[in-house]
Amino acid sequence: MDAILLIDFGSTYTKLTAVDIENEEIIATAKDLTTVESDIMIGFNNAYKKLEEKMKGLNVNFVDKLACSSAAGGLKMIAIGLVPELTAEAAKRAALGAGARILGVYSYELSRTEMKEILDKKPDIILLAGGTDGGNKDCIIHNAKLIAEHIKDIPVVVAGNKNARDEIEDIFKANDVFYKATENVMPRLNTINVEPAREVIREIFMAKIVEAKGMKNAENFISGILMPTPAAVLKAAQALADGSDKEEGIGELVIIDIGGATTDVHSIASGEPTKPGVTLRGLQEPYAKRTVEGDLGMRVSSASLWEAAGTRRIKKFIPDTKYDIEERCKYLQQNVNVIPQTQEEIEFDEALGMTATEIAMERHVGQIESVYTPMGIIYSQVGKDLLNVKYLIGTGGVLVHSPHPERILKAGTFDTENPNFLKPINPQVLIDRTYILSAMGLLAQKYPDKAVRIMKKYLVKA
Amino acid sequence: MKNKLVLGVIGADCHAVGNKILYHAFTEAGFQVENIGVLSSQEDFINAAIETNADAIIVSSLYGHGEIDCRGLREKCDEAGLKGILLYAGGNLVVGKQEWSDVEKRFLDMGFNRAYPPGTSPQTTINDLKKDLGW
Ligand code: B12
Repeated sequence: MDAILLIDFGSTYTKLTAVDIENEEIIATAKDLTTVESDIMIGFNNAYKKLEEKMKGLNVNFVDKLACSSAAGGLKMIAIGLVPELTAEAAKRAALGAGARILGVYSYELSRTEMKEILDKKPDIILLAGGTDGGNKDCIIHNAKLIAEHIKDIPVVVAGNKNARDEIEDIFKANDVFYKATENVMPRLNTINVEPAREVIREIFMAKIVEAKGMKNAENFISGILMPTPAAVLKAAQALADGSDKEEGIGELVIIDIGGATTDVHSIASGEPTKPGVTLRGLQEPYAKRTVEGDLGMRVSSASLWEAAGTRRIKKFIPDTKYDIEERCKYLQQNVNVIPQTQEEIEFDEALGMTATEIAMERHVGQIESVYTPMGIIYSQVGKDLLNVKYLIGTGGVLVHSPHPERILKAGTFDTENPNFLKPINPQVLIDRTYILSAMGLLAQKYPDKAVRIMKKYLVKA
Repeated sequence: MKNKLVLGVIGADCHAVGNKILYHAFTEAGFQVENIGVLSSQEDFINAAIETNADAIIVSSLYGHGEIDCRGLREKCDEAGLKGILLYAGGNLVVGKQEWSDVEKRFLDMGFNRAYPPGTSPQTTINDLKKDLGW
């Protein structure tokens, strides 16, 4: 039968998913450790053998092989803008949506010290923004000059004031800086435009980063490493919500990915105020928005999760635990390979998952702020209103292995005790049991109708 | 190139109607207007002016607390590198009926280039802007 092989070169595991394109079914999945230090294909072949084992006697013929990757540290980026709350924030959001890990966000004119700091962080790509179209040019040109002086081998995406573009291109050409220029991330005040920058970042990722990370070998066998893994998840989310040409989507949704090191939240929703009389303030939000919480995770980041949440907040989810919360969190950070076995260990992990979900959602969603006036209270909203979002979808080990995934995800829903956070009130909870989201994002790139139908079939009610 | 204005209503003031009228009046007069709307803090005005490289900031205050809300704006503009940017204020800047020349003096002392009494027509401001910007 004709099939498509979808590959996720993850930071820890290389995961394979074989899809029967005719019947739109998942034939088999397999994984093995990622081997990026030696040769990325060793781990791939190990996983592939397991996959073949599972497909024995099926006579599968792969007509297409598509991959995404977060191996070798993922796509590491620096975002630069002018005002922290405006173009610097817009640049950060564009980079996050492109699936990047943000190493730093810089604003105003860079100093030489900051330039050195940027170099020390070893980014894969720098995103340079600043100024609305027709707005401030001095800052972005200053920063372009400084970059040209100090950096030769890091690709730069220029997505700032269009009126500064010619001058920046001249500077970069004269200094042999590899760059690509695209539309401004904030063409008008408070209006964001992240898609063009995201696409250019993806192109550079395919053209340069894959090779720089020693993954060129893989491209002999597969059709291409198309995007960073988080970008694939966001792509899947968008396809599932909006649908494709032939297949209807399921509507506005939120995806929570609770990992060992980070908790990612993706929302596909307009986020307009749902309550009358609320004034929307601040920078416009992307329709497809991704946030990454680097301090909230189940293992590598369990100690920082405890620091962010505090003992009481975690304890709220496991009042009777025998563990000392702080100690256990620190222990898990030191022993990242712990797989919970006993009831108590499982419950502790669930509580960490709930805490991560609760805080990550608080940071992702918009907030209502009340302003007291002689007239009484008036309300303003900053960020996305996700109260009426229909679906909350969970992915990641702790959810897949827990007997109560819906309980974990419910920690991310509206809480009457903290009504200012505009979290979904009563969403339908779905679980990505077969771990197909990144694979479906890849599939959606080429076969959107099929990707939407398969996701509808395989995401299960919790 | 069109001259750029940042327009908004300062402080916890939610009177939205006049702001819309001013936006249309200034736009029609040939300015590029970045309207940050109601409930705007001093920082919102300044950030918008930096990114857009604005020539003037037009502050409205309708609810009577204008004087408190506007205090320190000029100093913050200087601090943010917006040296010499035009600052205008208008609306119902203070509570009740006060002698206008006193109010005006207080706003000019705060570093505003111009301040307008209640009922000033947008056209007055447009003429002043053209003068101040050297049209
Ligand atoms: C409608 C209204 C409201 C509505 C606002 C709805 C909304 N979201 O827009 C509500 C009911 C919410 C409201 C609330 C309050 N209001 Co009220 N409100 C009014 C009212 C009746 C009309 C305002 C209006 O829309 N006018 C029409 C527009 C076109 O005119 P405008 O806003 O004045 O704007 C024009 C000019 O002022 C000028 N202008 C404005 N800014 C600038 C700037 C420059 C540089 C220039 C040149 C010109 C300029 O040009 C504009 C366009 O022509 C006025 C009374 C009045 N008749 O003006 C009171 C009034 C403004 N409110 C007043 C007050 C006190 C309040 C409250 C504090 C409590 C109260 N008593 O109701 C609260 C404050 C709420 C808050 N946090 O902001 C007072 C202000 C008193 C003062 N400054 O001395 C007024 C004057 C009523 C009064 N006489 O007591 N209000």
